[in-house]
Amino acid sequence: MDSYLTLLSFGDQGWSDEIAWGVLVTVTLALATLPVGLFIGFMIALGKQSEERSLRTAADIYTTIFRGLPELLTLFIVYYGLQIGIQLILKLVGLQGAIEINSFIAGVISLALVFSSYASEVFLSAFRAIPKGQYEGGYALGLRHGTVMKKIVLPQLIRIALPGLGNLWMILLKDTALVSAIGLTDILRQTGIAARVTKEAFLFFGIAFILYLVLALISSIALNRLEAQGKRGEQRQ
Amino acid sequence: MRFTKGLMAAAASLALTFGAAQAQDMMKLKIGTEGAYPPFNNLESDGSLVGFDIDIAKALCDEMKADCEFVTQDWDGIIPALLAGKFDAIIASMSITEERKEKVDFTNKYYNTPPAIAVPKDSDITEASDAGLSGRTIGAQSSTTHSNYAEEKLSSAELKLYPTPDEYKLDIASGRIDAVIDDVIVLSEWLKSDDGACCKLLATLPIDPVINGEGAGIALRKGEDELREKFNAAIEAIRANGTYKEINDKYFDVDVYGD
Amino acid sequence: MSYVTETLVAAQPAPPPPPKAWAAARISGTLLMLFWIAALAGLVFYLYTAWDIDKIERYGPKFLSGLQTTLTLVGISIALGAVLSLPVTLGRMSKNPVIGGLAFAYVYIFRGTPLIAQLFLIYYGLGSFREQLQAVGLWVFFRDAWNCALFAFTLNTAAYQAEILRGAIDSVPRGQWEGAEALGLNRIQTFWKIILPQALIVALRPYGNEIILMIKGSAIVALVTVFDLMGETRRAFSRTYDFQAYIWAAVFYFVMVEALRIVWERLEARLTRHLKR
Repeated sequence: MDSYLTLLSFGDQGWSDEIAWGVLVTVTLALATLPVGLFIGFMIALGKQSEERSLRTAADIYTTIFRGLPELLTLFIVYYGLQIGIQLILKLVGLQGAIEINSFIAGVISLALVFSSYASEVFLSAFRAIPKGQYEGGYALGLRHGTVMKKIVLPQLIRIALPGLGNLWMILLKDTALVSAIGLTDILRQTGIAARVTKEAFLFFGIAFILYLVLALISSIALNRLEAQGKRGEQRQ
Repeated sequence: MRFTKGLMAAAASLALTFGAAQAQDMMKLKIGTEGAYPPFNNLESDGSLVGFDIDIAKALCDEMKADCEFVTQDWDGIIPALLAGKFDAIIASMSITEERKEKVDFTNKYYNTPPAIAVPKDSDITEASDAGLSGRTIGAQSSTTHSNYAEEKLSSAELKLYPTPDEYKLDIASGRIDAVIDDVIVLSEWLKSDDGACCKLLATLPIDPVINGEGAGIALRKGEDELREKFNAAIEAIRANGTYKEINDKYFDVDVYGD
Repeated sequence: MSYVTETLVAAQPAPPPPPKAWAAARISGTLLMLFWIAALAGLVFYLYTAWDIDKIERYGPKFLSGLQTTLTLVGISIALGAVLSLPVTLGRMSKNPVIGGLAFAYVYIFRGTPLIAQLFLIYYGLGSFREQLQAVGLWVFFRDAWNCALFAFTLNTAAYQAEILRGAIDSVPRGQWEGAEALGLNRIQTFWKIILPQALIVALRPYGNEIILMIKGSAIVALVTVFDLMGETRRAFSRTYDFQAYIWAAVFYFVMVEALRIVWERLEARLTRHLKR
């Protein structure tokens, strides 16, 4: 038991400081992906309900591709392929120098690509749930399209889309574990290294388990609060 | 007026920094290494890199009057990372093979050791050959000459690939695999330690020049001939002035340079 | 016809549609489509230039065997998971606090943690319990990485399938239960003959999603030495450092997922054709 406590302590002997660093990386990665994924997803959703057929098709192709590929594969393709792609482009243009895609950026990009394709579907069904009368009322008042979107549609949209987006956030938290495969020091990688070096695999992977559960718990409490906040105007049934 | 003044100030400072850069004639080099291949390169728990490769790299950098910085990279992605410009040279016990020469250039070797097979102490495997390992599972690190050796010469055995030696050490200790193949020095050092108490060395295998290559060299991007010549000259120099022997003896009882 | 339409106003063709303005939507739509077409052309061109009959001959059969491994692994784990999900669903719907609590904990843990963490825990974690497992005689099973992956996937998909089934059963109107009770059917007969068939129709779409998610999630077994499609891809890349290995893997996975999705949509349309108005 003593040895377990030593292994779990902070400082040179213990692994808790490495694992805490892993938690920081995981949370930072998810929080960095969120705004990018939400923005791209929103744009794609707008594209999907446009009257312009080419825009709809282009948006559909985007979602089909990134929902059809395994996340791990997307991660590898972005990590290895983007580097090669950028180098090719630089060579074509004739510039020298290296732009580095480190694991964190590769992780954010690939997770955002996957997140945005699922989020666009959530946003789309939320758009469909808003009655057309809301738009018409806004135009009747003389508001521009952008103002209607910002002041009338968006607040309702966020409220309707929140459960779906909350679900996607939980999936995002779990998908961050994949970046351990490209060397990023997240929870899974740090506990994996600790398990390898100390041979206490069950202990450290069990800790990884518990950490993910704790993150999921905190997220679901926060999401429930947000949903309650959004619903406070609704009538009691 | 203010804009042009600012522009001139910017241009002047730019010129100064260029001048300052010229004044420093220390070459800056980034060296890529794995950090999971003891005793050649290993990451300590406090984050420092130690090992034979690291010491040789530092000695070569001193010899070339270069300012070297180490970057760790997973073995599977180490050549793509070199080609992508993440670092300028790989010093990580990478064997010089024809297959790799298609993607990168190599310097002359800086050591050459044979492969070997290790098995659990209570194993009933007697022969380190295709027949002796037939039907068994053998583990190796992926993307290495040792995994290629197992695939080609030990094809009756089922091959399992692992991202680092630590993982196959875990699996052989837990009995998931019947044997492991890797460099003889790496296996011997492991068997001497507590972790290796489970196992013993079965046999050292003869070096196959096609599969195992010509020894471990420093990998560089294609076309970097000037850097390659510098490294080769530095390797000659530390062999001649005794630095190599010093580092060799610090880690090993035998001369790893080979013939 | 009348005086007005025949004499006063002659028949004329409909006015031409107004010219489509180059609005922002049209411009961005056209640009994006051009981008996708260029990307597809670039992909085909890359595969054409990188085509190396040697590599195809060497690694093609391995890719196909990896594909077979993936399909087998996913198929068996989904089937076993379906069997396992039945008692878990019943546990979730049970009023007994102990059973309900256990089922809730099971579902929460396996849905709240990443599949890759579950796989590592079972593969590496059980490896460190070798002696205990050998004593019970289970080590023979857990020794093989494929079995560990199967075990982890079954547990995971059972949790998700239990939630899908529970939601589907809940969606069947209470009237169905009451009508069956009025007819004198006992609970088991009601469940199997009345409720479950209706529930399965609702559950069809989420089940299809779950199969697709499992196929995509199965890629991670490559990290524990199982040579499925992803594992063979990584092996090919580690020998050749040729990026096209990943592109071919993407093509294989994409075709698999899309084919499954389209088949499932047709299946759902056919099975719910009686519900269309």
